[in-house]
Amino acid sequence: MKYLDEYRDPALAKRLSERIHAVVKRPWTIMEICGGQTHSIVKSGLERLVPPSLTIVHGPGCPVCVTPLEIIEKAVRIAAQPGVIFTSFGDMLRVPGDTTDLLHVKANGGDVRIVYSPLDAVAIARKNPDRRVVFFAVGFETTAPANAMAVWQAHKEGLTNFSILSSHVLVPPAIEALLSAENNRVQGFLAAGHVCTVMGYHEYFPLVERYRTPIVVTGFEPIDILQGILMLVTQLEEGRHDLENQYARVVTREGNAAAQRMIFSVFEVGHRTWRGIGEIPMSGYRLRPEFAAFDAERLFDVGDIAVRESPLCIAGTILTGMKKPFECPAFGTQCSPEHPLGAPMVSSEGACAAYYNFKRQGSAV
Amino acid sequence: MSAPTIADGLNCPLPIGEYDTIVLAHGGGGKLTHRLIDGVFKRHFSNPDLDRLHDGAVVDMGSGRIAMTTDGYVVSPIVFPGGTIGELAVNGTVNDLAMCGALPRYLTASFILEEGLPMPELDSVVASMAEAARKAGVAVVTGDTKVVPRGKADRLFITTSGVGVVPPERVIGHERVAPGDAVILSGTIADHGMAIMSVREGLEFESEIRSDTMALNGLVEAMFTAAPDLRFLRDPTRGGVASTLNELAASAKLGIVIDETAVPVDGVVRSACEILGFDPLYVANEGKLLAVTAAKDAEKVVAAMRAHPAGKHAAVIGRITEGHPGVVVLRTAIGGERVVDMISGEQLPRIC
Repeated sequence: MKYLDEYRDPALAKRLSERIHAVVKRPWTIMEICGGQTHSIVKSGLERLVPPSLTIVHGPGCPVCVTPLEIIEKAVRIAAQPGVIFTSFGDMLRVPGDTTDLLHVKANGGDVRIVYSPLDAVAIARKNPDRRVVFFAVGFETTAPANAMAVWQAHKEGLTNFSILSSHVLVPPAIEALLSAENNRVQGFLAAGHVCTVMGYHEYFPLVERYRTPIVVTGFEPIDILQGILMLVTQLEEGRHDLENQYARVVTREGNAAAQRMIFSVFEVGHRTWRGIGEIPMSGYRLRPEFAAFDAERLFDVGDIAVRESPLCIAGTILTGMKKPFECPAFGTQCSPEHPLGAPMVSSEGACAAYYNFKRQGSAV
Repeated sequence: MSAPTIADGLNCPLPIGEYDTIVLAHGGGGKLTHRLIDGVFKRHFSNPDLDRLHDGAVVDMGSGRIAMTTDGYVVSPIVFPGGTIGELAVNGTVNDLAMCGALPRYLTASFILEEGLPMPELDSVVASMAEAARKAGVAVVTGDTKVVPRGKADRLFITTSGVGVVPPERVIGHERVAPGDAVILSGTIADHGMAIMSVREGLEFESEIRSDTMALNGLVEAMFTAAPDLRFLRDPTRGGVASTLNELAASAKLGIVIDETAVPVDGVVRSACEILGFDPLYVANEGKLLAVTAAKDAEKVVAAMRAHPAGKHAAVIGRITEGHPGVVVLRTAIGGERVVDMISGEQLPRIC
């Protein structure tokens, strides 16, 4: 199939794998940032194609995983209110807040709907003027333009029953937080291709320079990722730290200007708390003051929410690449996709769930 | 206009005889129930056993072991590209019997109707059901109808039960599966689940995705004719191929290795799965089967399947192994490997 088969070609994969094996002389630890890449790596069994001395750790790029528990609890409480239609991308429904998850709110009579685009949520608001429609706007720079567009559209139409519960996060500050940590062990990054499609890759030049760490903007298909890995390990072996673009068929230096304009007409950059990591300065988007009327956090009084993470969950060390999921004592025992203790076990993009689903440790493969 | 007479005012209004929707009285057991049975169910399903209009049926099963099954159907919408809830209710139950190695013979059907269901819709669903039964060579010999108030059911629920006869020489089941055996799939996967998903979500693709609902008893007979020693049969419905293979691996205490490139997936279905972030291995099928045969029989079974309309794209997709008991391993298209686990909960579309 066009655009799929070319990027999953076994012969090409084999050639790239051989070249990676030939290049790698020393042990390296690299990180893919994006949850979509994590998913692709485990789903295609790609780690078997790289040398054992190359450690691939999975980064904090799964929006489901890094959305703070407090926000999820807010979502659950808003969704349970009468007269509310709560709309969300599918993944978020299963993430447990402090008390319950959105699927249970739905089962108990809450009107919770999966949408594929935030503009669908705007359409629901238009059709249901007597209901309050809330969209759970989570994600990285990738989902931000469409979410901004939804607010923009609702504003233009004068819809007063539409709002978003926003928890947007940004990649470059997260990479910086990882690199500046004392115990950082990541030596090179595969940057998230789709994020760079929107934002371009110019933001990464200062990081490469300051931390003398190579970054390769990489796509999502198995061949993309293998090529990204080859480019990264080549740099590492040659002692270079450059910013390179594997995903050149889609990503430009400056990114998508129209999408960026849309983002910044609705959002502004602010501090953001990341689940499992903590607050990272200037690492997220929040609604600009002139769009406060669309901010669900202001519109709904959900009271003071005090949440408590499971003491067993080591999501932070997983999301920062310190540990692999199977190094967690709760992995596959107290914590499974049926009973997740932390968010990385929930979404199929979450490192723990991806490992659990595709790569259970101990299975004699 | 003439002045109303006393007689006009005292006229007792005659009840409406012909309703264009289902009303509660259709389930009351009185005249309306009988009119519904005669006008819809008997009209379409007519056969000597059903026409006695008894609450039970006495049928001749001949000799052999008897296979029984029952299944409820609650799909929404009740009419979708490639089929109806009625066809599903017949084919699903026929297939459950066929997967026992049985020759399906008789069905019963129980209908739960929601008040307000348009009569023409019920009629066309029942007509499609009768046609499916005719194609599968089974008779609906008795049934039941209930009507529930609006909102207490979603338009129409159907439960069918079936009986069939298993020829004496046929012994199939997970205990007969052995290392080295071949795993065969009868055709493209994920068609039904993605057809339902695309109507529910209003997604449009270049060409319509159609459900694969189909009775498989004819295909099964062709397979037994080609290789009487067939070892295992199962139709991968809810939970898809991945779940059925996991059930087999767990119950047989053996491993299974599947080759991703050998698993047939229609191009449009594959695109739809990619767009929504679904794995076709976990998506429902309603007209496909998985079979296990001795490796030496695999080729002739696949040839017999390909000669049958229900098995045109049949292929060997993997084999049974002694290693990794209870675990299904997929050799991926790019040459990697991964475990294919049982799904937790339902597949939910991913964010990005």
